Amino acid sequence: MTGQEAAFLILAVIGGLAALLVVTSRNVVHAALWLVVALASVAGVYLLLAAPFVAFVQVIIYVGAIVVLLLFGIMLTRAPVGRRVLDNTLRARVGAFVVGGGFFVMLTVFLAGAFGGERISSQAATATAALGESLFRNYVLPFEAVSVLLLAALIGAIVLARRD
Amino acid sequence: MPLMYPLVFAAFLFSVGVYGVLARRNAVMVLMSIELMLNAVNVNLIAFNAYLRDQLNSGQVFALFVIAVAAAEVGIGLAIVLLIFRNRETVNIDEVDLLRW
Amino acid sequence: MEKLAWLVPALPLVAWAVLLLVGKRLPGGGAAVGILAVAVGWVISLAILFGVIGGADAYHVSREWAPIGAGFDIPLGMIVDGLTAVMLVVVTTISLFVQIYSVSYMRGDERYTLFFANLSLFTAGMLIVVLADNLLLMLFGWEIMGVCSYFLIGHYWEDVANARAAVKAFLTTRVGDLGFMAGIFVLAWAARSFEIERIIDGVETGAIAATTVTLGAALLFCGAIGKSGQFPLHTWLPDAMAGPTPVSALIHAATMVAAGVFLVARMYPVFEASGAVLDEIGILASITMLIAALLALVQDDIKRVLAYSTVSQLAYMMAALSVGGYSAGVFHLFTHAFFKALLFLAAGAIIHTVHSNNMSEMGGLARVMPVTFVTFLVGSLALVGLAPLAGFWSKDEILTDAWNAGFGAGVEAPTSQSVAQIVFVTGMVTAFLTAVYVARMLWLTFGAAYRGQGHPHEADAAMLFPLVVLAAGAALAGFVGLGDNSISTWIQTTVLPSEGPATLNLGLVVATSAIALAGLALGTVLYRRGLPEREYLERAPLVWKTLQRKYFLDDLYEQGIVRAVAGALAPATYWFDQRVVDGVVNGAGLGTRRLARGLRYVQSGQAQWYAAALFLGVVGLAVVVTQLIGN
Repeated sequence: MTGQEAAFLILAVIGGLAALLVVTSRNVVHAALWLVVALASVAGVYLLLAAPFVAFVQVIIYVGAIVVLLLFGIMLTRAPVGRRVLDNTLRARVGAFVVGGGFFVMLTVFLAGAFGGERISSQAATATAALGESLFRNYVLPFEAVSVLLLAALIGAIVLARRD
Repeated sequence: MPLMYPLVFAAFLFSVGVYGVLARRNAVMVLMSIELMLNAVNVNLIAFNAYLRDQLNSGQVFALFVIAVAAAEVGIGLAIVLLIFRNRETVNIDEVDLLRW
Repeated sequence: MEKLAWLVPALPLVAWAVLLLVGKRLPGGGAAVGILAVAVGWVISLAILFGVIGGADAYHVSREWAPIGAGFDIPLGMIVDGLTAVMLVVVTTISLFVQIYSVSYMRGDERYTLFFANLSLFTAGMLIVVLADNLLLMLFGWEIMGVCSYFLIGHYWEDVANARAAVKAFLTTRVGDLGFMAGIFVLAWAARSFEIERIIDGVETGAIAATTVTLGAALLFCGAIGKSGQFPLHTWLPDAMAGPTPVSALIHAATMVAAGVFLVARMYPVFEASGAVLDEIGILASITMLIAALLALVQDDIKRVLAYSTVSQLAYMMAALSVGGYSAGVFHLFTHAFFKALLFLAAGAIIHTVHSNNMSEMGGLARVMPVTFVTFLVGSLALVGLAPLAGFWSKDEILTDAWNAGFGAGVEAPTSQSVAQIVFVTGMVTAFLTAVYVARMLWLTFGAAYRGQGHPHEADAAMLFPLVVLAAGAALAGFVGLGDNSISTWIQTTVLPSEGPATLNLGLVVATSAIALAGLALGTVLYRRGLPEREYLERAPLVWKTLQRKYFLDDLYEQGIVRAVAGALAPATYWFDQRVVDGVVNGAGLGTRRLARGLRYVQSGQAQWYAAALFLGVVGLAVVVTQLIGN
């Protein structure tokens, strides 16, 4: 087991546990904080997979902006606490477990069948410059589109949330 | 490392996200679960990018786009949740069933 | 002028539409529209007839209307030859005078305009039959007449008996029409065309097999049996008297019932080629004329006497056609139209003023209604066949033809000798009976003292004018049978050459006149003093009962056929329609509703439920797709 693999396993366990706690916690704010842990561990995984820039972006935007946004949302909606309020009926939870479990099984089986024995070769971390070049040269059109999307989302959110 | 490691991790995150979407009553919690799912997708993309050693790094570029879109989506989603809360004093999504028969 | 012949049925059709749509708002209830339409047609018909008399050729125009495939098409065309011209004049004349008469007779009726509309439609239908150059178009006009007969007989439908009579007429003729339709299709299929000329061609050249010809002719004749009231489908005609008298005059004396005779005349080469069918026609005609004349002898209702008389005279025409007397039959149709319509209209005038149909409530009207009496007398004597009135010439020609075919030497008759002999004998007997019942009718209506309750008076001018005109016709129409350019020359069709003028067998003339006079004398002796205490025939109770029950034929039909259909078949069909057919339709709706009610729970309105379905679907799809494509 290489160091990379070991590090990955640790991060994966932390991330997985955090994710589980996000969806089962009785306190909304706790759930949000566990989400932070999960997102951070994902950032770590990115680092291990030779994508440093994406990892930084993940931390800045996801942990920094999105979670903060979610916390604001929790605050503004006077998020209640407690199992009865937060979780769906038992029947729905069982159904959800079935669906989620089914998904996991299906994905694993298929992926194992397709990529069972493959390995990721160790490689140098992607240089930000290379990423930038790719982004602004080959994918400039989606880039522009995404900017327009962000503008639209911005305007939309403002219009929706106005007090009129 | 074996490719399956990040793939299984991504699958696990995604499934947990699915469970969260279906089992949680609070709208904000559902949004959080959706974020988990999007992150799982990103992990998948990055893993394949590393595996395939893509010249253009399209996996990473696409992951960036996903993050941007996720941000936009959370913004709008929360705006909607706020509106619902303003109108109905509740964020339980099973009480928002106006399209019911 | 022949080219304008299509106007003759078209104008009444237009009149019908106009009357239906705006008739009630027109002055006089719109009667003028109907009369005008027929009057123009009458003028055109007369012009065409004069053209034919002057030796004009037959005119045939046809256009393909609708191709049906397999080399078939439905043509739309008309043929204007001598037969057509004569029939056109008959139909338009009678229709015109009946409508003029109806202005007075139907005055005050609440369905006045509708009456005239129906009369116009009926006239159009009959004219279509007369002008049609193909059997399908003829069938079209035929059915129009059938339906109009139903409407008109049921004009006073508030009385259930009248409605029933209308249904009876319609259904009975419908039974005949089934045979007619079958005959059309048999012949058209064999000749590969619906056109009459082609069919006749096919028959004459032998292109159509003899058995097919016989079958087709027999089936076609079924239609004639129904429409022209031959045994065994004659039962509807007396009941049809429930309609207003102008209807009886137009439809059940002169035109619709003549359509059967016209059909046989038009398709005569087909019938000629099949001796068996002609024999059948002859036998049925003989039976019919005899039984109808006997029934006319015991009726109280004056219209029923005339109705049975019509059946009897139609049988004469059919008998003429059966023994090869083509022109004799058509000639009798021509004259009969005049005097029978006259008799009905005059009877109508009487009924109108006496307010009763029954002769037991009439009597002594000769003094009160002189003009009506004279015209009625003329018509009656024409019916009896007294020279020199119209009926004499035509009836004599029929009997002469029958004699020649039955007992004469060296005559090529298309029918067998024995049948012709039967025809001749029954013709003579019926002539005697005709004279007896006519005399009875005259004396009971006009002679002795008045037996009724009302205050009879002469009819008004609008009713008398047609009577006088028709009386003139009844008196003089017979002379068209004389001379070189006689009616038989006119009615030569495109395929049937003229038979030359009628030759009179002097011995026969004497014999028939003697029989007629003898019958009149007997009738006079028996009924001179009016209605006897008991009818003479009542002394033979069995005969009396049979006659009163119309030979139990109505009972037979009622019990045998109507019961089975109305009693069992109709309710079963109704049940089937309501439960099964409607059930399927309603069930489809109900089933959909129930299904929807079950399915709507899928629309829970909750996003998580939808999301769950979505994810499950994805899983399912993924599994299915990979299994199908193979890993």
